[in-house]
Amino acid sequence: MSGNHRSDGGHPLADVEQVPGVAKPDPILVVENMRRAFGGLVAVDVDHLEIQRGIITALIGPNGAGKTTFFNLLTGFDSPDAGSVMFDGKDVQRLNSHRRAQAGMVRTFQLTKALTKLSVLENMKLGAKGQVGERFLPSLLPPLWRSQEKVIEERAHQLLERFSLHHMAEEYSGTLSGGQRKLLEMARALMAAPAVVMLDEPVAGVNPALTQSLLEHVKRLPDEGVTVIFVEHDMDVVWDISDWVVVIAEGAVIAEGVPESIGKNRAVIDAYLGSGQDVLESEEV
Amino acid sequence: MTVAAIDWGFILIQTVETSLGLEAAVYALAAVGLNIHFGYAGLLNFGQVGFVAAGAYGMGLSVTLWNLNPFLAVLVGMGFATAFALILGLPTLRLRGDYLAIVTIAAAEIIRLLARSTTLGDITRGAEGLHAFIGPFRELNPFDPGVEYGVGPFQVGGNQFFAIVLGWGVTAVALVVIWQLMRSPWGRVVKAIREDEDAARALGKNAYWYKLQALILGGVIGGLAGMVQAVGKATIQPDSFVPAYTFFFWTVLILGGVGRIWSPVVGAMVFWAMLTFFQGTLAALVNEGWIPTALMDPTQVNQIRFMLVGVGLALLMVFRPQGIFGSREEMMLDVR
Repeated sequence: MSGNHRSDGGHPLADVEQVPGVAKPDPILVVENMRRAFGGLVAVDVDHLEIQRGIITALIGPNGAGKTTFFNLLTGFDSPDAGSVMFDGKDVQRLNSHRRAQAGMVRTFQLTKALTKLSVLENMKLGAKGQVGERFLPSLLPPLWRSQEKVIEERAHQLLERFSLHHMAEEYSGTLSGGQRKLLEMARALMAAPAVVMLDEPVAGVNPALTQSLLEHVKRLPDEGVTVIFVEHDMDVVWDISDWVVVIAEGAVIAEGVPESIGKNRAVIDAYLGSGQDVLESEEV
Repeated sequence: MTVAAIDWGFILIQTVETSLGLEAAVYALAAVGLNIHFGYAGLLNFGQVGFVAAGAYGMGLSVTLWNLNPFLAVLVGMGFATAFALILGLPTLRLRGDYLAIVTIAAAEIIRLLARSTTLGDITRGAEGLHAFIGPFRELNPFDPGVEYGVGPFQVGGNQFFAIVLGWGVTAVALVVIWQLMRSPWGRVVKAIREDEDAARALGKNAYWYKLQALILGGVIGGLAGMVQAVGKATIQPDSFVPAYTFFFWTVLILGGVGRIWSPVVGAMVFWAMLTFFQGTLAALVNEGWIPTALMDPTQVNQIRFMLVGVGLALLMVFRPQGIFGSREEMMLDVR
């Protein structure tokens, strides 16, 4: 029941050795020597990490391991002291956050950022890239952007339908529940037709029923050519949807591999529970 | 002291007249600019009067120093306001919102003090201000300065009428532009940035650039307010740009309701109507002996009317915190 093997047969990383920093056959993201310290605390210190294209990669680790900082560094919301990120073969280290998003890396946040005073539909339309009407002078001349707006709206309605938010389209997104906001944020990220979506704790604080439907949406993304990276604390979720798991502890990658093997990894158990424990192993995984 | 009853008719006529007059138009326009800053883009600008001054001086100096024609002078005034926005915005808009607030309040005072300094005396004429610019603008006046214009009891001279028409005309154009902007995708991005800059950036929007655009747009509109005032008063004096005016513009905006198209206009009208009404009523009450001179004498009326406006504003915040036009529903979303 664990793992989420693609419909087209075998696991894409079946032949990859399960050691930290291992090379992948088709990496979309490559992180090199990335380091970030806050004062004396080294939050992130990753020598080498590759993220395979078209699969779901989970980023796990104990509290304070540096997962969110690592996310921020990947997406340009924080700058590393050293290191670089290659996205789709291009060095994006010099690009700031909005340029990385334009390049195809779209993220969500741990604390949901639904724009409460915009309607759900407006939230969605905001996600679309390359809008003529977002430039100052063209915005004053509706004929220049009206047809594009129609196309965007059409797409927004389709996604809202898929994410079961369609009935809320005209409401302020501030009226949505916490779980619905998570759905909206994910749907909005997809409006940008990203190559990579990076979800920071996608199901935190979401009720079990909604969690299931949210996870179904995430599982479908690779089939649409979207690479997914997510940070999550809930191990059931990690085993359920991820194809590959990267474990971070004290800022460094200490293990990576398929979910089946990660739970049995000695370094991981030590990092989570202190050395000498084997509780994770004994749990039904 | 007169013994006649209070002349309510006179007070009412005055009240209506000022709420449609030059000051109301100037305040409305300045608040329209502030509404873009704070209402739509969420920028805390506590130096709007600096933009007003930049616009006025840009226009005035174009005529007195460089002999430009009035239309070019207006463009230069807009250029001055833009430059002021860039000076304020480029270093601060990457930082948290409070930094802009700190910088603006100081920068507006710098403009005023520079303009009244003896160092720049040859250019800006110090505290005496600029007067000679008005000629070319008077030539553009289609109304006869010798004739009174208006309806019924409301009559003003041709020059004044020209400035009032100009003021409300520019305000109307500004409102149309903003209405169009805010219903476009540009407006959507700006409103998104107001709420959460990081969310906008995560969706590929250049928050810094949009904030700078909004700062410039609102600043240029503030500059136009300064130009209208200059034409109406036929003078540009540094001390008509004291920091208190910025807070009057804020009062206007909050009265009307933040982030609504019409709120600066209605806010300005209500603000001036209140000031004039309190002034007239208090003066009459003191003169009639209803208020003993031991409590308030006629020279204090001018200050006390501002206190009453303050009381009015406080009551508004208690009973209708969203302002006259604001949306309660939208406001309550913050509290959830």
